[in-house]
Amino acid sequence: MKLFDRLAAIDRRIIYLSVGLVVAIPLILKFKMPIRVSQEVRSAYETVENLPSGSVVLASIDYDATSAPELTPMFRSFLRQCFRNELKVIYTGHLAIGLPLAQFDLDMITEECNAVYGEDYINLGYRPGFVAVMIGFGREIRDFFAVDYKGVPIDSFPMMKNVHNYNDIALIVDFGHGITPDYWVQYVVSRFGVKMFACATGVMAPSLYPYLQAGQITGLIGGLQGAAEYETLVGNPETGTFGMPAQSIAHILIIVFIIFGNIGYFISRRKK
Amino acid sequence: MKREIPIVITFLTGVICVIAFFVPHAPVGGLQQRFLIWYSIVAGFTMIIGLDSLIKYNIKKISQRKKGWPYSYVLLFGLVLTLVTGFQSWFRYNTPFELQSSFMYTYIHIIVPLQATMFALLAFFISSAAYRAFRARTFEATLLLIAAAIVMLGRVPIGAMISDKIPALSDWLLNVPQLAAKRGIYIGATLGGIAMSLRIILGIERTYLT
Repeated sequence: MKLFDRLAAIDRRIIYLSVGLVVAIPLILKFKMPIRVSQEVRSAYETVENLPSGSVVLASIDYDATSAPELTPMFRSFLRQCFRNELKVIYTGHLAIGLPLAQFDLDMITEECNAVYGEDYINLGYRPGFVAVMIGFGREIRDFFAVDYKGVPIDSFPMMKNVHNYNDIALIVDFGHGITPDYWVQYVVSRFGVKMFACATGVMAPSLYPYLQAGQITGLIGGLQGAAEYETLVGNPETGTFGMPAQSIAHILIIVFIIFGNIGYFISRRKK
Repeated sequence: MKREIPIVITFLTGVICVIAFFVPHAPVGGLQQRFLIWYSIVAGFTMIIGLDSLIKYNIKKISQRKKGWPYSYVLLFGLVLTLVTGFQSWFRYNTPFELQSSFMYTYIHIIVPLQATMFALLAFFISSAAYRAFRARTFEATLLLIAAAIVMLGRVPIGAMISDKIPALSDWLLNVPQLAAKRGIYIGATLGGIAMSLRIILGIERTYLT
């Protein structure tokens, strides 16, 4: 019986060590697993694929380092898909601490895809008061961003010449780890009728399913699994795909611990 | 007058923004845009208030030698370092976000690893908490436990490798019962939000003035 008592009260250090090992080993070995692409991720991918070349898309960076492992691979894949399809990307965000992080990826992918600043993409930077900025864009972007992140007037860039408000933006993609995807839908999609899809963390993705089912967002890329699926579609397997074995085994381990805990709990209770 | 003027301002602003939602043309559309720009400017100044509050609180903590006061030195040092590197990078590159700038060096090598470490620790705590909390004590707890296990397996490739039905079942859980509950919560919360907004616009709810 002592064994079952132990099963019901495994030392947390054993759990920590086991989780650490099952996450670290697959990440070091970098093996891959077959990825099943879900309908919501395929819809997001096809939304970008179906845009005519030269369309302007707005990427809103609303995450920071806490969610980077999940959202960075999505952002990189999104940029690759955009530049491959000759779309123009407006880069902005509503989380001051997150923008420099994605700036790193933006610089990396634009260099890889030979994208030209001001012609293929522009970095607007950050302005406080995120809902106000979102709604204000509906009338005129220049009311909030007369200059880009380096203080250069946005009218001096060819890609911004005819871009004034949401009528000139074909798609909004929010990379968010909090409430911002909700705000984009509630304040922008429902009011201005812009097409949008969301890239969210695994924790936040379930809260966006109502918008997906109502057709308010055209797709949803959620969590590391979503990132891996999107990478598979774009054809650049990276950290999302290589993270899948670690996450798979970690989930199995947690379920095994839960089963152990319940076996121990029931047998101890029956004994009492 | 100290109470009446803010209530009148709130009422007019609220009514103009509601009208502008339905009629986004002149003059209300332009007025709303002006309010939004003011909001953005005011939001920027709130950061200065936050900065002031943070500095005062930590200086007080150090001077009174309250519990954990050495950490306040670390916080103030970090604050000054970020500000100095930010301004230095701004003057040199016209933006702190240039990859070669001192600000980006501080950001990538200090802020990002600290944030990532803090959040990564959650994986360990959640695993331990799941083991302790997910006990099939009642029928509802058992349902929650089974649903959690199916979604955990269905959201990773190993679920499909075990059985094709696991991802399908996980999708069903997310698309039907989860969605139904979420919609109910959203509708309730939104109705509450509308009621509260009306109370504020009409001056019934005045706690924001205190």
